[in-house]
Amino acid sequence: MTLLEARDLHVEFASRGRRARAVDGVDLTVGEGEIVALVGESGCGKTTLARTLLGLERPASGTVLYGGAPLAYSARALKAYRREVQLVPQDPTGSLNPRHTVYEAVAEGPRIHGLRDERERVASALSRAGLRPPERFFPVYPHELSGGQRQRVVIAGALALDPEVLVADEPVASLDASVRGEILALLLRLRAELGLSALVVTHDLGLAWNIADRVAVMYLGRIVESGPVEQVLSAPSHPYTQALLSVLPESPAPIVLSGEPPDPTRIPGGCRFHPRCHVLAAGKAAEAGVDGLCRSQPLEVLPSSAALQAACHYARARQPRL
Amino acid sequence: MAVTYRSAAGDVPAVRGISLEVAEGEALGLAGESGSGKSTLAMTLLRLLPKSARVTGEILLDGEDVLRMNWGRLRAVRWASASVVFQGAQHALNPVRRVGEQIAEPLLVHGIAAPAEARTRVAGLLEQVGLPAWRARSYPHELSGGQRQRVMIAMALACSPRLIIADEPTTALDVMIQAQVLTLIRSLIADRGIGLIMISHDLSVLAATCDRLAVMYAGRVVETGPAREVFTGARHPYGRALAEAFPTVGDPSSRMAPRGLGGDPPDPMRLPGGCSFHPRCPVALPSCAWREVELWPADGAAVDPADHVTRSTETRHTAACVHVLPEPEEESA
Repeated sequence: MTLLEARDLHVEFASRGRRARAVDGVDLTVGEGEIVALVGESGCGKTTLARTLLGLERPASGTVLYGGAPLAYSARALKAYRREVQLVPQDPTGSLNPRHTVYEAVAEGPRIHGLRDERERVASALSRAGLRPPERFFPVYPHELSGGQRQRVVIAGALALDPEVLVADEPVASLDASVRGEILALLLRLRAELGLSALVVTHDLGLAWNIADRVAVMYLGRIVESGPVEQVLSAPSHPYTQALLSVLPESPAPIVLSGEPPDPTRIPGGCRFHPRCHVLAAGKAAEAGVDGLCRSQPLEVLPSSAALQAACHYARARQPRL
Repeated sequence: MAVTYRSAAGDVPAVRGISLEVAEGEALGLAGESGSGKSTLAMTLLRLLPKSARVTGEILLDGEDVLRMNWGRLRAVRWASASVVFQGAQHALNPVRRVGEQIAEPLLVHGIAAPAEARTRVAGLLEQVGLPAWRARSYPHELSGGQRQRVMIAMALACSPRLIIADEPTTALDVMIQAQVLTLIRSLIADRGIGLIMISHDLSVLAATCDRLAVMYAGRVVETGPAREVFTGARHPYGRALAEAFPTVGDPSSRMAPRGLGGDPPDPMRLPGGCSFHPRCPVALPSCAWREVELWPADGAAVDPADHVTRSTETRHTAACVHVLPEPEEESA
């Protein structure tokens, strides 16, 4: 069943006097007990999308739905919503107050929400996050912990409210390599034991392969390909996904796209990826007779479906089912 | 070489006796995590450490010991013979000066070029790292992360050094930008015969860029050898854990099965006795708690015990683990 949903979501910012369409039409769902990875490069809008799903940004148009009901933006409704949908921030070191003990850090949420049995809540959240015995960590300050332990404290802070969904922004990017696997295993265990759903925002395709059921690839404000992880990451259809996978260190034939991701204040016409598209540049789109479409015909917003789909004229010409 | 920091709480051994070498045109990858001593090692090579650090051993740059150079000689060597690309280009560039001036600075300071010539050289350097010459007039904040990292590389190249030390040069970058920067680094090494020491915690990135790898743990090298061999056939359990930490997308064995190590990197002030990895080691023997093993050939070739020490610094695959020793393993006590 669908728990969290974005429906035709648009989020805009003013950027140096221009309008930046950071999220430019996104349909996305996270089902109960599902882990969805939202992947893309810096500036593609993935963090803005995540913040909007958390109610931290107001969409210019479109709707965020939780449990089928549209999100209300009154202070009271948002407060209630945040018990259900919790953020796990990037960089645990920056998000923990250095002068608060572990206990105070984890108890903050339950206090704000006026929940009873604070001590038991904190103890149970810490032990579910793998910090055992929890009492040993109560009086400890963040600087006395390792990076992995700090990330566990941050996760415990989210768990203390018994949420249904975690939205994790690059949960392992700032961690040491050997600790990374342990934190990802923790997310899988929380799903297995508590039925937690998660939206994991990352630029790390290996992370998606390690823990996600579904992946959505975002480029310049839109989801350009989505589907089950095995299908999307083993046989990508969109040239952008192909390029992202091809530059992983183990890949035999890297397709290194030139330039940086383009600017959300100047989204190209036609397919938004066409100026950097290697399939178009290599003339393959012309062979398939779609190069005109690539340059002039924008693609529609991909619907929030669990099946494999890609917003690409060339991929559709070759695989009409997409 | 060894480095110890003196602090109020006591001596902190950051690098505990390691020997490494890099040849012309060769890329050596140094892998390890926080506290492994890899960044200390990098800073030591050009004597960039704080005063509290005590360095012993030798650091030979073209045969000359960096640790015994006088101040003037050291200044001449920095940038001109060896240069560093620091992690986090955001913070290493001066925000209020144009990047062209910053690239030109070592050229002017070392008297390698007059101001007019320096401008031409800067334009050429920017081109080499894939930036248009007009970018010289930009300020760091006008550049993206990848562009700033390219500027750092241009600075490092400015005086045509013989050695470049790159400390996590791509850590903060997106995969696509990382691929661009790594391709650039590889081609510069190949074209100019520069020696490279690249530091990272991502073994897969190092394996794709470097000829040889050295894996550091708690201030020592615990495994070293040809890059592919170490990455795909690590013999030290820590080397293996690092190699598996970043999964190969498409590999069914890592699907829904992230792999990590229990425990945390050790605190250099409270190193465990014996093999410092033993508390986290999945295959530790009882004796590992008191016995520390030297680097030993791990490639299966026959060994003359008399010369294992000299060979270990050469190109063969070695590991400091009781499980690679040729003797029969102790009776499981």
